Amino acid sequence: MDDYQSWGRYPQVTQSVLGFNWRGDKLPTLSGKSILAQGFCRSYGDSCLNENNVVLSTRALDRMIAFDPASGVLRCESGVSLEQILNLAVPQGWFLPVTPGTKFVSVGGAIANDVHGKNHHRAGTFGRHVRAFELLRSDGSRRVCSERSDGGLYAATIGGLGLTGVITWAEIQLRPILNPFIEMESIKFRSLEEFFQISADSDRNFEYTVAWLDCVSSGSAFGRGIFMRGNHSRSENDKTRKIPGRQKLVVPLDFPAWALNRLSVKAFNTLYYGKQVAREKKSSVYYDPFFYPLDAVLQWNRIYGKNGLVQFQCVVPVQGGHQAIREILATIVASGQASFLAVLKEFGAISSPGILSFPRPGVTLCLDFAMRGERTLALLQRLDQMVAQAGGAMYPAKDALMRAENFKSYYPRWAEFAEYVDSQISSSFWRRVSR
Amino acid sequence: MKIAVFGATSAIAQAACRIWAGRGAEFLLAGRSADRLEAVKGDLTVHGAQTVVVCCCDLSDTSRHAEIIEQGERAIGPFDLVLIAYGTLPDQALAETDFLQAQNAINTNFLSVVSLLTELAKRMETRHSGTLAVISSVAGDRGRQSNYVYGAAKGGLSIYLAGLRNRLFHKGVKVLTIKPGFVDTPMTAAIKKGPLFVKPAVLGAGIVRAVDRGSDVAYLPWFWMPIMWIIRSIPEGVFKRMRL
Repeated sequence: MDDYQSWGRYPQVTQSVLGFNWRGDKLPTLSGKSILAQGFCRSYGDSCLNENNVVLSTRALDRMIAFDPASGVLRCESGVSLEQILNLAVPQGWFLPVTPGTKFVSVGGAIANDVHGKNHHRAGTFGRHVRAFELLRSDGSRRVCSERSDGGLYAATIGGLGLTGVITWAEIQLRPILNPFIEMESIKFRSLEEFFQISADSDRNFEYTVAWLDCVSSGSAFGRGIFMRGNHSRSENDKTRKIPGRQKLVVPLDFPAWALNRLSVKAFNTLYYGKQVAREKKSSVYYDPFFYPLDAVLQWNRIYGKNGLVQFQCVVPVQGGHQAIREILATIVASGQASFLAVLKEFGAISSPGILSFPRPGVTLCLDFAMRGERTLALLQRLDQMVAQAGGAMYPAKDALMRAENFKSYYPRWAEFAEYVDSQISSSFWRRVSR
Repeated sequence: MKIAVFGATSAIAQAACRIWAGRGAEFLLAGRSADRLEAVKGDLTVHGAQTVVVCCCDLSDTSRHAEIIEQGERAIGPFDLVLIAYGTLPDQALAETDFLQAQNAINTNFLSVVSLLTELAKRMETRHSGTLAVISSVAGDRGRQSNYVYGAAKGGLSIYLAGLRNRLFHKGVKVLTIKPGFVDTPMTAAIKKGPLFVKPAVLGAGIVRAVDRGSDVAYLPWFWMPIMWIIRSIPEGVFKRMRL
């Protein structure tokens, strides 16, 4: 299998792969071809691809440079994964300031996509915690960027989809923890109204909030789900608590296309909602299953078969009512194409330094669709239009389809960003949306 | 533990060293590029290494080997463990017609390693302790048309190590022959990757485990042992007709 395609495996492209293995190396000079730095290919669509051109893999650029256990400042190469950081930092009492739903992403990728997590309402995006990084440009210059020095390039690179240069190293401020456990609660909700109510109540007292949403059921079950919220444990006893071992499953091969169908997805959603009997449940869990439930199943994208999946993530404003998200969800339910991984969360108001950053105040919905050709594409195009009409935005890291004109309305500062794009760097996504 | 690594910037060596660093090891890192050695030094220090001393040198120059080892032991103390991890993969097609290519491959992969081992064995023998872990290859188990120059160098090395192990066993010194299969490293960047390729981290963990166990020969990953057993068992009359 080609290891350098995106996580959704749609689209699949022809491109050449070169390694960028040492931070002191020069960028390759290629006549007539553009390059794009690429980490672990956890972007779903085409933002990490460079069709008919070259990707520069940073997977061997995985060295730590310096870590101060007193201040929690870590400097590392850009191909270091969040998993490596956790393995190093958690035993010393530090945690990622922001983490997405998988730890198998690189630091470079986390900056380039300005990733967010369950604590967006408290901590903002990943980019806010990046103190500095070095950017290697195709003219051979090396720019150390921070808010104070080369601030324009700093702001363009955070959320800049790898287009402004190759990030060689970054310095991140970690956040302190007392122990690796999370005090969590899960609460069932029966409607979107109830979700918004619990969400508003939770944002004050909980650092992490997120909900699983049933995107299949209609009628009285429309908009039901399970709200999860948590805080880092402050218990002294948890310092010495035994860390549970974790078995990893691997999906060894592509599932056949019929494995995921309306019936199996419906059954999953009903069982998942029903597995928690009580309305509210409290527990204390190790951080790994709380933040990264899917990482326990390696290569889970194979469940979607060889045609892959397309992911959809939007944010729409909630000021003035929940009509937009209700209509989007109704369209998804009516299509009958949704699968089991649907997530709903309210973003906070903390802004990112990134010019092209995705998170903004509103509610974000994220889910997968098995790729079934025309009808899947038609649904996503319709959703794209609905998001644009609602004044929302789609997330480039999850996207394979947004229209160029919609991209420009989602990211009104795109022309300002384009000034910072390196002339030798490009991506399939960028060529598609900047037309 | 005091560890000397020759070819310390190899992806496999880095992966093994990271684990030893977590145990608080002390390192002498020898390699060609000062910049890269510094990058590895930083990484191992963050991972918990007590001391890291770098030695920038060209290991194909055997005349300096004794001096490098002498200085290394003076810097961090007598080595408990030595990992020899450097190597070069020649272009087989070129090496078939250009003797210089073949000579370079055999010098680097075999003769220069013999030179290091000669000096290291003398020292460990008198101390009656230590482990010599050397990366050979499954390619050295049988000559194949696609890769026999590299294979011959590694095959020679494997035989040398077997003899050295036999000799040093009686002196309390361990010799470990590491035989990796396909590894996804910069050395194999030009090769199309199949399902048998593994990440350097898998090899690194395997080396640490083999050293801990005091193994003699370690195929990494393990499945190469039965594969190579079958390949070695094919009669030559049949083997020569195959396209391997």
